[in-house]
Amino acid sequence: MRQEIPPAAAGPSPLPHDAPILALRGITKTFPGVRALSDVALELYPGQVTALIGENGAGKSTLVKILTGIYQPDGGEILLDGAPARLDSPQAAAAAGITAIHQETVLFDDLTVAENIFLGHAPRGRFGLIDTRAMRARAARLLQGLGAEIDPGTPLRDLGIASKHLVAIARALSIEARVVIMDEPTAALSHKEIEELYTLIERLKAQGKAILFISHKFDEIFRIADRYTVFRDGQMVGAGLIAEASEADLVRQMVGRDVSQIFPSRTPRIGAPVLQVEGYAHPTEFADISFTLRAGEILGFYGLVGAGRSEFCQALFGMTRPAAGSLRIDGQPVAIRSPADAVAHGIVYVPEDRGRQGAIGAMPIFQNVTLPSLARISRNGFLRLAEEFRLARDYCERLDLRAASLDTPLGTLSGGNQQKVVIAKWLATRPRVIILDEPTKGIDIGSKAAVHEFMAELAAQGLAVIMVSSEIPEILGMSDRVIVMREGRIAAELSGGDLTPETLVRHAAGIGETGQ
Amino acid sequence: MTLTRLLKTREAMLAVAIALMLALIASRFPAFVAPGNLVAVFNDTAPLIILALGQMVVILTRCIDLSVAATLALTGMVVAMLNLALPDLPVAAILAVAVALGCGLGMVNGLLVWKLDIPPIVVTLGTMTIYRGTAFLISGGKWVNAHEMSDAFKAFPRAQILGLPVMSWIAILVVVLLAVLLSRTETGRAFYAAGGNPDAATYAGIDVGRTRFLAFALSGALAGLVGYLWVARYAVAYVDLAAGFELDVVAACVIGGVAIMGGVGSVAGAVLGALFLGVIKNALPVINVSPFWQMAISGAAIIIAVILNAKAGRTRGRIILRQAEAAR
Repeated sequence: MRQEIPPAAAGPSPLPHDAPILALRGITKTFPGVRALSDVALELYPGQVTALIGENGAGKSTLVKILTGIYQPDGGEILLDGAPARLDSPQAAAAAGITAIHQETVLFDDLTVAENIFLGHAPRGRFGLIDTRAMRARAARLLQGLGAEIDPGTPLRDLGIASKHLVAIARALSIEARVVIMDEPTAALSHKEIEELYTLIERLKAQGKAILFISHKFDEIFRIADRYTVFRDGQMVGAGLIAEASEADLVRQMVGRDVSQIFPSRTPRIGAPVLQVEGYAHPTEFADISFTLRAGEILGFYGLVGAGRSEFCQALFGMTRPAAGSLRIDGQPVAIRSPADAVAHGIVYVPEDRGRQGAIGAMPIFQNVTLPSLARISRNGFLRLAEEFRLARDYCERLDLRAASLDTPLGTLSGGNQQKVVIAKWLATRPRVIILDEPTKGIDIGSKAAVHEFMAELAAQGLAVIMVSSEIPEILGMSDRVIVMREGRIAAELSGGDLTPETLVRHAAGIGETGQ
Repeated sequence: MTLTRLLKTREAMLAVAIALMLALIASRFPAFVAPGNLVAVFNDTAPLIILALGQMVVILTRCIDLSVAATLALTGMVVAMLNLALPDLPVAAILAVAVALGCGLGMVNGLLVWKLDIPPIVVTLGTMTIYRGTAFLISGGKWVNAHEMSDAFKAFPRAQILGLPVMSWIAILVVVLLAVLLSRTETGRAFYAAGGNPDAATYAGIDVGRTRFLAFALSGALAGLVGYLWVARYAVAYVDLAAGFELDVVAACVIGGVAIMGGVGSVAGAVLGALFLGVIKNALPVINVSPFWQMAISGAAIIIAVILNAKAGRTRGRIILRQAEAAR
């Protein structure tokens, strides 16, 4: 279903025999329990934009960190102009002319534009002091080269988001960059600003820079890229010229995989509606969210990063207040104004970053487990410690937690066991609705299967489960029904035969609906 | 818990350190460890113990209260002037006023931290100056001296029950109440959770802001209580009362193993930290060491305590090597 987009290769036509500025061969990177990149290759050519495509968790960010000297690969080689190079520090990467513009630009609001651009490598004058005048002049030249009318002496705080972005780009270019990495550069930009970014990218191409463009959005890729490389599960699964590819090809390469993961088989027994959400809206993050969740059901929430899934779930849990909308539990209207309200009404939220948002490392294991359930084990305002310990032991045993003593601080356990404690904590509240935000992100395959097994068990016990996930196999393998969100709204509600990798990606990325 | 692990706890190490210190002093000045003198040392340290417990609760929630000494001074001045104006007011009423006023001042701190989200160190640095300034304004800078105070007002903290002054009994009572509050109530658990990991606490349904507010209110109430006891015991009230004492209070907490980043600390630790400083303060004049040495020794104790805290924090985390895990 190829859209008729004029090929971006209308300019200098990409010649396959051009020598790449930067080439990666057989790059491998392993983290404890996870193989993030496996035998990956990538070539970046002067004056060309290479799009890097892949699902969340495909290894794109790891690759960026290797290119910018933050991570060291475990194997493989990096060739710069054909010669082996070592990028063993961010400084080394900068010296090699590799620079990255990140999703969330890291800038300092209280410094001036020029100071932001040259922080860490400011021109020095006499006595080794920073030569402010030279710095401002060079900053002005750089900004001019980008076609930006920004006074280098302005404090960054006074600029809008788009201008800040230009400053970030100027900063990236201030090191005489030859390779520019753009990691989802359009995520925070409006349509007009995106157009300006395209113009800028054309300029950089004309200057002979090699650009690595990471994006989830197919319209952008077909508009601006000359080449593509597709990653899946840490492997390179395809590469070529955009002019010779179709969207369907790319989607297939992104999602098509051997079904190596096995999901628990379930015969869902779907009961009465437990949670009804009507017209939930937030001033800036999401709008028009309505759905019904039934007992025993697993409802998947799919979408790109930043589609508003976590934001909506946090509002459902009372972390933020929705601007409009109503909520019913078992048919009764309820108002949830705080997480305590949510827990009291039987809604619990297992956050994505369970280490940071779930575990209290210095607290004993049993106290972590009982923290949200203390009201239930108190009598006359005093905790019944024996009762508390029994509750904690019950749920830890149910999750097969192995620990020397429930008295030891949670921080002494391994990551996987900490996760179990955090989940035990939520089950101990005896919830009706459990929201799992990216339940298997960053854990190894074995633990993933355990979490999936467990999720199926919860649903079988009659819990209503909301699962936010960016992993297509997980969404397909676990959900009874899927809500796809895009840009803060429900893009589609899918179930049964409509649930295919292609439909998910299409609705999430808005392919075929962008009016082109 | 095995004996070796128990001995490795901060509390046990501190208790041993205090015992060693006492033994060392006793070897040259046996009179120092006579029961009567030990009671005097404890009684002298009672205000520090009470304030350290309040401060510990605040630090547990990842905040700090620098206004304790100023709260103490303002409350002390108010109750002294109240006694001057109404000499027949019973001590029970004075106590109630002191605790309520201190609690109110603590609530001001707590509200600023909770509702306006101002960093606690800034809030209490500001209110510390404001409270002392207020003490000056209401007194006009004048002292309230012993002869202006009623006998009942002065006698209360010194009255003896079972050989121990009321001041000491109140400290013991506060220790017991705090121990129960922290180990046996939801609020107590919330103090640890709010400081140990504010995000996780929020997800668990704990209102972190409100928990901090309660911690400040408690610290203020205890400072108000000490305000009356201090003024009555020393039979004088003036603007600069207990100036700089907030640092001793924080020091007692740190020495007692209360983690300045919140979430870690015990009643026993804070009490022992206060006693450690109390013994040093009382012993050095006896063995003829200048008070300036006393400050240096307190400072060294703080730094050693912080190093020990940091080390305790570092051994946590993942053990990757199998043999290291087996060796534990």
